[in-house]
Amino acid sequence: MFAVVMLAGIYGLVCASFFVAMDAVDVAFTEASIGAGISTLLMLTTVAMTGRTDHEATHKPLMAFVAVIVTGGLLIYGTFDMPYFGSADAPVHQHVGPHYIYDSIQEIGVPNMVTSVLASYRGFDTFGEVTVIFTAGIGVLALLSVARRPEDDAVMEAINDSMHEKHLILRIVIKTMIPFIVLYAFYVQFHGDYGPGGGFQAGVIFAAGIILYAMLFGLGAARRVITQPVVQMLSALGVLVYGSVGLVSMLNGGSFLDYNVLAADPIAGQHLGILLIELGVGLTVASVMIIIFYSFVGRSQFQKANKGELL
Amino acid sequence: MLAHLPILQVIVPLMAAPACLILSRPKLVWLFTLLVSTITFFISIFLLQQVMSTGTVSYELGGWSPPWGIEYRIDKLNAFIALIISGVSTVVLLAAQTSIEKEIPENKQTLFYILYLLSLTGMLGIVTTGDAFNVFVFLEISSLSAYSLIALGKDRRALWASFQYLIMGTIGATFILIGIGLMYQMTGTLNMVDLAARLPEVAETRTVTTAYVFFIIGVCLKLALFPLHFWLPNAYTYAPSIVTTFFAATSTKVAAYLLIRFTFSIFGVSFSFTTLPMETLFLALGLLGIFVASTVAIYQQNVKHVFAYSSVAQIGYMIVGFSMSTHAGLSAMLLHMFNHALMKGALFLALGAVMYRIGSTRIDDFRGLGRQMPLTMAAIVIGGLSLIGVPLTVGFVSKWYLVTAAIDKGWWPVAGLVLLGSLLAVVYVWRIVETAYFKTPITGKDPVKEAPMAFLLPVWMLVLANVYFGIDTRMTVEVATGAAQSLFGVAP
Repeated sequence: MFAVVMLAGIYGLVCASFFVAMDAVDVAFTEASIGAGISTLLMLTTVAMTGRTDHEATHKPLMAFVAVIVTGGLLIYGTFDMPYFGSADAPVHQHVGPHYIYDSIQEIGVPNMVTSVLASYRGFDTFGEVTVIFTAGIGVLALLSVARRPEDDAVMEAINDSMHEKHLILRIVIKTMIPFIVLYAFYVQFHGDYGPGGGFQAGVIFAAGIILYAMLFGLGAARRVITQPVVQMLSALGVLVYGSVGLVSMLNGGSFLDYNVLAADPIAGQHLGILLIELGVGLTVASVMIIIFYSFVGRSQFQKANKGELL
Repeated sequence: MLAHLPILQVIVPLMAAPACLILSRPKLVWLFTLLVSTITFFISIFLLQQVMSTGTVSYELGGWSPPWGIEYRIDKLNAFIALIISGVSTVVLLAAQTSIEKEIPENKQTLFYILYLLSLTGMLGIVTTGDAFNVFVFLEISSLSAYSLIALGKDRRALWASFQYLIMGTIGATFILIGIGLMYQMTGTLNMVDLAARLPEVAETRTVTTAYVFFIIGVCLKLALFPLHFWLPNAYTYAPSIVTTFFAATSTKVAAYLLIRFTFSIFGVSFSFTTLPMETLFLALGLLGIFVASTVAIYQQNVKHVFAYSSVAQIGYMIVGFSMSTHAGLSAMLLHMFNHALMKGALFLALGAVMYRIGSTRIDDFRGLGRQMPLTMAAIVIGGLSLIGVPLTVGFVSKWYLVTAAIDKGWWPVAGLVLLGSLLAVVYVWRIVETAYFKTPITGKDPVKEAPMAFLLPVWMLVLANVYFGIDTRMTVEVATGAAQSLFGVAP
């Protein structure tokens, strides 16, 4: 199972480089941070909880094999009439795309047109995506969260101290890295208008900083810095910030998420709108990632505590 | 404010979900959720009225005109489905707090309501949007919340049921995404109206065929169309009672809506039914679904399982109506979608009341319940009669329109088979009635009290709706035929 997880991580990284090769840097950035980064980490935590060996398969793989072959065959069949790769006549380059490329700078005034599409033209999709992430966080909380017990904290404290000597170098190195990680997260967050980046990636990077801290200094220590109720509130707040921007534009006489009416000058309004919604995205993404990690690790510690085999 | 109704329909429950986290006390959250759901219900009533009197309503999100921005487009079809969803949601919520107090630990009740609202948001979002990719985004919201809601069931098997649904649902969603991706590749647009205009040009290509096939398989997985229904019975059986009621009445309707929308409005009848052999395929699957699932339902030991298999069979009836690809067939399908929501809403909620009192829905535990819980059992009997299709209930209306549609098309054998399918329903409903009324209760067990008002009120609201809409069919028939007409009007 460990190998499977590692391969999945490598797959994520290869995908990311693939996206770079296709000039989709924003997507590559997201894939690298989420596909190769956080999800590998979460899978590792799961493996740590469930054991790394597979059970004997009891089902017949033949049906699944046939289904996969049929699906694959159909996909290949579908490629026969596709437009050629990179062809300028392809419908995607003829219809909606050119409008985004040529007009977004006048209409929105943001150099990174991916951000224009993501945050403004299709801002409602992004709102939906943030809600998806929020849903995931709430789902994990509903299924995995365990009530925190004071006696566990004491035990954890003891292990924490014993680990202090073991990972001294790692701890010191990581400790110096965390501020830079968090700083970089803020850079990505606020630079999304000009280069690749934005709330999604920034949120994940920020969460990675906290998660690193939790990994080396223990969940208890991390929970003291950022407590569970606070993260939960922040995850809700992110969605609310995003939605409120939409509501304010409705009150100002526009339609939902119409940033033009947010300020006297439409371009300034667009900038303000995008800045605020990206903030909402970043908040929700970062806090949901932290919630998921807390719940996973909290669960595994709870399991260990129940088995009475703490390390 | 009226102009904003289409979007308010979706963002009111969406914004309410995170707000619940701040309220945090379960009782308070329940009242808040009920309020929000009631508001969405009223919005959908207004929207339906608006659409019926003035025609399609379009709303441009972010002020960007389609196809550059996302458009919300409400016509008779989706206004009707949104009404079903928000209506059932509101009625079901009346019983929610009483029911989940027994089934879900207190520290998770707030999270339950948040997930419930998100699930409502997801379904309403899928239904109201006029943008193909936006469908996928809201599909994810509704699926993720559905998996978690089902897994909250008290029985540990709920986890496994939810996991099965997660795998099947994710495959379904991925197929839908592949379909949408290929459509975008061939047309360069995601807006539904725009897609409908641009697809005929490229309809002859293999890529478009593949797109349609992937999309339809994905939707059929979500729809639990026989033989892709494996996930449904266990998911319905082990989920918390409220969740079962809500999903049984609404979630398959959403998938059915997608099937209709993409087949009729986007790809068009000539493509789906002439180029591809959809008619035979769907007819065969629909009929097989009716017979196989009804037969399996007869042998189940858990009443929730019985009605879950019956749901698979009812989807079969809808698909038979769909496969006719005529105005009458589609009207029958839409009518049945509405009527089935009423039947299954009443039945599963009544089962929730049984679960509340005796903590089980095994058929053996129903002995003597006819005397001990007379009102609840009477509701199950009337719901069952409606399921069979006895006159004066909504079930009869559905069957009547379906059989007439089949005869109109000259499909006499199909009409006969549909009626024969009802006989199977008689058998599985009779088993429950027999156990509850005629078998002596197991001696030595404490007598059970009638269900509390919190259950009886919503259950009987739904039961009376079953009878009311079975007699006064003006509203439902007008909307359903109107929606079917508009679909055939738009389609090339």
